[in-house]
Amino acid sequence: MNIKKLFGVILFLLLVLVVVPWLIAKSGRWDFYYTLTSVSLLSIASAGVWLTFYIGRINIGQGAYALAGGYVAAVLVSKYGINFWLTIPLAGLFCAALSVLIGLPILRLRGVYFAMVTLVLTEVMRLAALALPVTNGAKGITSIPLPQELSVFGFTVIPDFSTLANTKLAFYLTSVVLMVICYFVLWRIVNSRLGHLCRSLQQNEELSASIGVNTAYLRVIAYSISSFFGGVAGSMFVAISQSIYPSSFQVTDSVNFMLNCFLGGLGYVFGPMLGTLVLYFGWDLLFTAGRYQLLIYSTLLIALILLLPNGILSMGIFNRKKTRS
Amino acid sequence: MSPILVVENVTKKYGGLVAVNDVSFSVMSGEILSVIGPNGAGKSTMFKLISSFVRTTSGQVLFKGKRISNLTPHVVARLGVVRTFQETTIFRSMTVRENIVVSHHLRSKASLFGFFIGSAVAKADERAFGESADDIIEFLGLQSIRDELASNLPQGHLRALGMAIGLATNPSVLLLDEPFAGMNHDETMHMVTLVKRLRDERGVTVLLVEHDMPAVMKISDRIVVINFGEKIAEGIPSEIQSNEKVIEAYLGSEDDAIGL
Repeated sequence: MNIKKLFGVILFLLLVLVVVPWLIAKSGRWDFYYTLTSVSLLSIASAGVWLTFYIGRINIGQGAYALAGGYVAAVLVSKYGINFWLTIPLAGLFCAALSVLIGLPILRLRGVYFAMVTLVLTEVMRLAALALPVTNGAKGITSIPLPQELSVFGFTVIPDFSTLANTKLAFYLTSVVLMVICYFVLWRIVNSRLGHLCRSLQQNEELSASIGVNTAYLRVIAYSISSFFGGVAGSMFVAISQSIYPSSFQVTDSVNFMLNCFLGGLGYVFGPMLGTLVLYFGWDLLFTAGRYQLLIYSTLLIALILLLPNGILSMGIFNRKKTRS
Repeated sequence: MSPILVVENVTKKYGGLVAVNDVSFSVMSGEILSVIGPNGAGKSTMFKLISSFVRTTSGQVLFKGKRISNLTPHVVARLGVVRTFQETTIFRSMTVRENIVVSHHLRSKASLFGFFIGSAVAKADERAFGESADDIIEFLGLQSIRDELASNLPQGHLRALGMAIGLATNPSVLLLDEPFAGMNHDETMHMVTLVKRLRDERGVTVLLVEHDMPAVMKISDRIVVINFGEKIAEGIPSEIQSNEKVIEAYLGSEDDAIGL
C-alpha cells in the first residue's frame, strides 16, 4: 500500500514537473504555463477552504486572506526590499494570525450564519485595502520586482528570476512545488490525529466536546491553517502579476474556492486540486461559447453537483485508487 | 465509601421556568445511582448541569471536592466526568472502531504537532489507542460490527457504541442518559449486565437517568427521585418502591411502572 502511494506521488511529480513542460515546449502553447500556474496557486487557496469544510464550516471568505497575503508580500518586497521567498511564509503567518482574531468570535457560528459572515469578509478586506494608507488605495501596488535569488548556506536553491530567460516556466515550477508542499501538509494533517479530531468536530461538536476535545481551540487552529494557505497563494500571485489591487481577489474568487472543493469532493484531500483544474479549464474551454459561456457553465455546475454530490473523486474509476481520507 | 460527586443546592431557571430547584445529592465512589422522575421532571437538565453543558443558576457541583459546574464540557471530561447522550449521538461517518479510537483523545500524551510529524510518542499513543479500542470492543461484545459504519447501526448497537465512546475517555464517573430507552426486555437485561460489569470490572462510578423502572430497580444501588424539578426522595430501591411521595408522583401511570 505504501509503495503504491509512493509510486503515485512519483508519477504525479513526473507528470507535472517533466511531462507537462515537455508537452508545452512541443506544442508551443506557452500560455498554458500561466493557466497551470494559476490552477496550482488557486488550488492551494482551495485546500485551505477544504480544511474549514473538514471541521464542518462553510468558508466563503478565502479571498480575503489571499488578498491580505498578497498585500503583505507586495508591501514587504516593494517597500522594505525583503526577499520575496521569505515573504511567502510571512504572508501565511500574517493571515494565520489575522484569522485567529477574526475566527475567535465568528467560529462560534454554524452553518449558513458562518458562511454569510465569511462572505462579507472578502468585501471587508477589499474595502480595507482601498482605505488603508499602506496599500496605496485603488491604485494598488505595481511594478513589484521579480523574485530575487534564494540561497541557503551559499547554495542557490532558486536563481534570481530577472536573470532567467523563461520566467513562465520558473513560475510554473515554483508554484507546482509550493502546491505539492501544501497538499503534503494537508494530507498529513488529515491523516494524523488532528484530522481525526477535525472529523469528529464536523460530525458532532457536542459529542466531540464530551470526549474532551477543546472544540473552540481546534476550530481556531484549523481555520488559521486554512488562512495560512490562503495567504501563501495570494503572495505567490503577487510575484507573478508583479502587482496587486483591491480587486485582485473578490467575492467571486471566494465563491470559486468553495466551488472547487465541492466539485472535487469534500471527502477527498486531493478533491480541491482536481476541482480547481476542472473548473478553471472548464471556464476557459467554454470561452468559444461567447455570451452563452456563463449559462452553459452554471448549468453544467448544477448538473455536476446534482449528479455527483460527493464530488468528482467519488466516481467509480477513482475509488479503486482510493485517495479517500 | 466517600462521595465522588456532590450536587449542592443546584438550581436552574430558564427565564421564569424553574427546571431544577435546589436539588442536592451525592454519588459515592463505585456506586450505580439512578435519577428517575416523570417526564419533564428535570432529569436531563440535571445531567447537563453536572456535565457543564448548561450553566447553573445557583448552587454547585463538586467532583472530588472541586467545583465542576459552569466550566466547559471538555474541561469536565478531562477531569473524569463524562456523559453519554440520550439520542443516537455518535460520529456517523466513522466506523465503530474509528469512533472509539478518536474518543481516546484525552489519553494522548503527544501534542497535535507531535501527531502531525509522527513523533515516537505519537506513534506509541496511536498503538495504545488501537489496543484499548479493541479491548473496549471486546468488553462490550461489538466485535461483529467493529468495521461497520456507525450510521448503518441499529438502535441497540448505537447505544452500546455511545457507551464505548464514553469508556474510551477513561472516566471516573460515567453519566448515562437513558441507556435503556427504546430497548426490548432482552436488550435491556443485557445492558443492565454491561453497566454492572462496567462498575465491577472497570471501577467506573455510574450515574444514570432512566425511565425504565424495572431496569432501574434492578441496576441501582441507590435512587434519587425528582419531580417538578425538586428532589422528592432518595434511597435504596426497596425504600423508593414504598415511598408515598414517589407513588403519588407516578400516580396516573400503572402501578407496575415503578416495578410494584
